[in-house]
Amino acid sequence: MRTGIYGFLFAMWILILIGGGIVVTILGPIEVTGYGDANWFIASVIKAIIAIILVVIWILILSKMKNWIFKKEIRT
Amino acid sequence: MIDLVIPAFVSCVIAFFVVFVTTPPLIKFLKKRNMAVKDMNKKEDIMVVRPGGPSIILGIIVSEIVLYAFLQLNEIIALIITTSAAFAIGYVDDRKVMGGWFKPVTLAIAAIPIIAFGAYDTDLAFPLFGDVQIPLLYIGLVLLMIPITGNTINSIDVLNGVASGFMVIASFSLSICLFIVQNYEIAIVSLPLGFVSLAFYKYHKIPSRIFPGDSGALTLGAMYGTIAIIGGVEIIAAVALLPAVINSFLFLSSVKKIVEHRQIKGKPVEHTEDFKLKATDDKTAPVTLVRLLLAGGPLSEKQIGFAIFKLGIFSGILAVITAFMMGVSL
Repeated sequence: MRTGIYGFLFAMWILILIGGGIVVTILGPIEVTGYGDANWFIASVIKAIIAIILVVIWILILSKMKNWIFKKEIRT
Repeated sequence: MIDLVIPAFVSCVIAFFVVFVTTPPLIKFLKKRNMAVKDMNKKEDIMVVRPGGPSIILGIIVSEIVLYAFLQLNEIIALIITTSAAFAIGYVDDRKVMGGWFKPVTLAIAAIPIIAFGAYDTDLAFPLFGDVQIPLLYIGLVLLMIPITGNTINSIDVLNGVASGFMVIASFSLSICLFIVQNYEIAIVSLPLGFVSLAFYKYHKIPSRIFPGDSGALTLGAMYGTIAIIGGVEIIAAVALLPAVINSFLFLSSVKKIVEHRQIKGKPVEHTEDFKLKATDDKTAPVTLVRLLLAGGPLSEKQIGFAIFKLGIFSGILAVITAFMMGVSL
């Protein structure tokens, strides 16, 4: 069981690195034009929505991973 | 860098000795007032006083004021105010039973000084890929970070010495990372957290003479979160804190709502005849880090504590690797 926790911890770290890559390459370049002073605000709202979606996906992947790692450990 | 050695040394010595010296009188004071709770993981009826938060916050405030005299950074003022507010929130929760909403909401309010003093950078730095600018989103992140780190440390405060011992490992890992990313001033500002935790661990380790209580745990967690923000090392800080994050994640994903631990009916662990801890089969009980560690068989309280510390060291190493990766761009 204890090795499973280390594996889960390592998987979380990898997911953080991958998530960082997605945030920088997808979220970072988003820009909105045509709304004057509200451009930055609208861009921020879009970034916030995408970030929340990414967090939800991250949590779902972690939940699946948790079930997979720990159920496998319990079986063995 | 050299001119920072004296402030670093003085503040670390002060942080350690203020907590080391003030905790024994605090224990006596709390004993006199009968402010003690039963240590649930001991065979005998052992009462342990709480909260230890007052000596922790005193060590932090005095050492950070000394650092402010040397460095005069707005970040230190923001850190002192936010951490003190977290202490006050925890102290209220120590004295009075508050609802599940209380800590997250008030800790978010405690983060406002960080924004008010402009003690943050809107660029969020990621390893390998660089920075991303998220001005509006970052404000939300600041308001979320303090409740998350505060409650995360509070949630692992379940066994003798675990919260303070884990904090020693996580905070020193974070300080090393701040040195690696060459943020020397904030690295020095972060050092008192490790020394305060280390001094408190002396009295909190098994068998505990004092528990930190919510006031102590929230103070440590909020200071950790504030350092992550003012040092611009949010991702590294999250990595160093991963075992505690896993604990909160497992708890929330099994309970599926934000509740106080005392509101949970099912027991995740129970005692064997020789008073070791073992995981229960109770399906209504939350999944926690301790319960998972016990899935392999019963362990003593001390063994579980060391298992959590090993996880802390592992995530500390991952945090250091992450810090080195900050300087690498793909």
